[in-house]
Amino acid sequence: MPEIKIDQSKILNIVEVQKLCPFGSIEVKDGKVTINESCKLCRICVIKGPKGAFELVETKKSKIDKENWKGIAVYVDHFKGRIHPVTFELIGKAREMAQKANFPVYAFICGHNIQKSAETLLSWGVDKVYCYDYKELELFKIEPYANVFCDFVSKVRPSVVLVGGTNLGRSLAPRVAATIKTGLTADCTLLDIQTNSDLDQIRPAFGGNIMAHIRTPEHRPQFATVRYKVFPTPEKLKKDGAQVISCSIQRDKLISKINIISIKQKPKTLNIEEAEIIIAVGRGFKKKEDIAMASELAELLGGHVASSRPLIESGWIDPHKQIGLSGRTVKPKLIITCGISGSIQFRSGMSNSDVIVAINKDRNAPIFQVAHYAIVGDVYEIIPKLIEKIKLHKNMEGHAPS
Amino acid sequence: MNIVVCIKQVPNSSEVEIDPKTGTLKRDGVEAKINPYDLYAIETAMIIKEKTSAKVTAITMGPPQAKEILKEAMMMGIDDVVILSDRKFAGADVLATAYALSQGITKLDSPDIIICGKQTTDGDTAQIGPEVAAFLNIPHAAYVSQIIDVKDKSITVECDMDETIQTYEIELPCLITVGVEIGQPRLPSFRLKIKTKDKNIDTFTMNDFPDKNENNYGLNGSPTQVIKIFPPEVRSERETWEGDADTITDRLVTKLIEFKIL
Repeated sequence: MPEIKIDQSKILNIVEVQKLCPFGSIEVKDGKVTINESCKLCRICVIKGPKGAFELVETKKSKIDKENWKGIAVYVDHFKGRIHPVTFELIGKAREMAQKANFPVYAFICGHNIQKSAETLLSWGVDKVYCYDYKELELFKIEPYANVFCDFVSKVRPSVVLVGGTNLGRSLAPRVAATIKTGLTADCTLLDIQTNSDLDQIRPAFGGNIMAHIRTPEHRPQFATVRYKVFPTPEKLKKDGAQVISCSIQRDKLISKINIISIKQKPKTLNIEEAEIIIAVGRGFKKKEDIAMASELAELLGGHVASSRPLIESGWIDPHKQIGLSGRTVKPKLIITCGISGSIQFRSGMSNSDVIVAINKDRNAPIFQVAHYAIVGDVYEIIPKLIEKIKLHKNMEGHAPS
Repeated sequence: MNIVVCIKQVPNSSEVEIDPKTGTLKRDGVEAKINPYDLYAIETAMIIKEKTSAKVTAITMGPPQAKEILKEAMMMGIDDVVILSDRKFAGADVLATAYALSQGITKLDSPDIIICGKQTTDGDTAQIGPEVAAFLNIPHAAYVSQIIDVKDKSITVECDMDETIQTYEIELPCLITVGVEIGQPRLPSFRLKIKTKDKNIDTFTMNDFPDKNENNYGLNGSPTQVIKIFPPEVRSERETWEGDADTITDRLVTKLIEFKIL
């Protein structure tokens, strides 16, 4: 069992060392420094503490043979053959890493009557498309989809598996990773591969203002999910010898305990992921009615209102309009954040936007770290003035001689 | 009918920060609370309990101080609570956490419905629910937005699948994860607080589980490893504007024209 060993003699200031731990795991009992149950073995005390005071004692695990696991596979997210664009973004990232590790790129698709969709993938620089085409797979049901996914992994043995962070992907990937007993890193914002095929996965962590670099060193495949709009869409590319391979599975693996009663298309409100201009509102708004000024601004700019988590929790904004790790990732041409302090979860969901204007009263607000234009001011003062001036500008334009 | 709700204690806010100058951690009193999404899981259990008079048990994994959220859960109407607490669980990633939870759940009276919040606000992975379901080998539905019907052998739910709303009838036992669409969670009741204040909280350690192999728990049982933590990048080419609101908005309008937005 790995644990933190403490050398009391190396600790000079027992009050100071307690502050090392972000989880409050370092305690003083009877004048001795101890570690309590909340320890996450994050090793911060080992790295930041007095030299030699804290040490992580680990037991070695059995090694897997990484040579037996080759290739980077992308799960093809689709609804009745219509492929979700996150799939192409992941194929682009897979191609980039495959080149570095000298790996093939695989796509894995399951469904019914999906031959055409499988073939379109060949023009995206994939070496092989593994296709499971069965009537039972026409619609997403968790057990058959997970079974087919596990079958693909055990037959093809990819080193890395990438899954789009859609609601389907975020339900399917953990089910498969747990069944195979391997690691899965959710919502990665950066991915890279080492020459020994270890996947470098970067994501926000611990609910704080911290990024974590995560690896899955002794398990294969290495599973990661990535949200839509995190990576760019690649150029099309046709590879020599690229082909679709039809796969089969025992029929009893396709049985489900879920009966789909109905599928309703959601009303066609705009996905905030597709919006080019976003006005994002946060806790700086004191009343629900005040959001009207953000809506007015959005309307004037031809944009859409979105929000950070607190206003979703207070029920003021439709949950589908939430930006951040518990909502959507957006990459608009312009985002104006209004009264949002900018947790790491929120910033991860919007920091790739082309232009970021942030308005906040607190000049130390973390949102300013990702802003191109940091406006220190009160939204109740700035937004009405901005609306007034935009109207003025529009009126003047209207009156200008043509 | 037996219902199990999985809940987690999370930090109250994003107060854990690295000082970019010294590289040390800034910590001003990390307060803890129940994961906000778990309140919706509890609410869902209460909705089902009202329809079926089910018994509802809340389970959490964490240090002994996580018992606080179990007390809060009882104030919302949870009948029974259990905490999984053991030094051997320390350093658990998603896989090891889900495995320990699934082991803990097998110790409870055969649950019919297991309910999780769709994700936590600290890890934000949304993976625990589906992984627990995989270990228990029962069907699951994530992103449940509404409970339509509960019968002896099945539950009918509505799921948010991004572009579509799908209605499933799922055989029991099953696991669901729920979001905020479920409806406003009820407030803790003072009456229940008084009623449950002396209630015993059961603690399970690894030795209570069917699988006592410590290689499957905590850091040992975790395929993923955090090899480094670091503060997020700060944009260097930033302009800061402060002072007079008139000047600021004039500049902003000029920029919007420059970007051809106006």
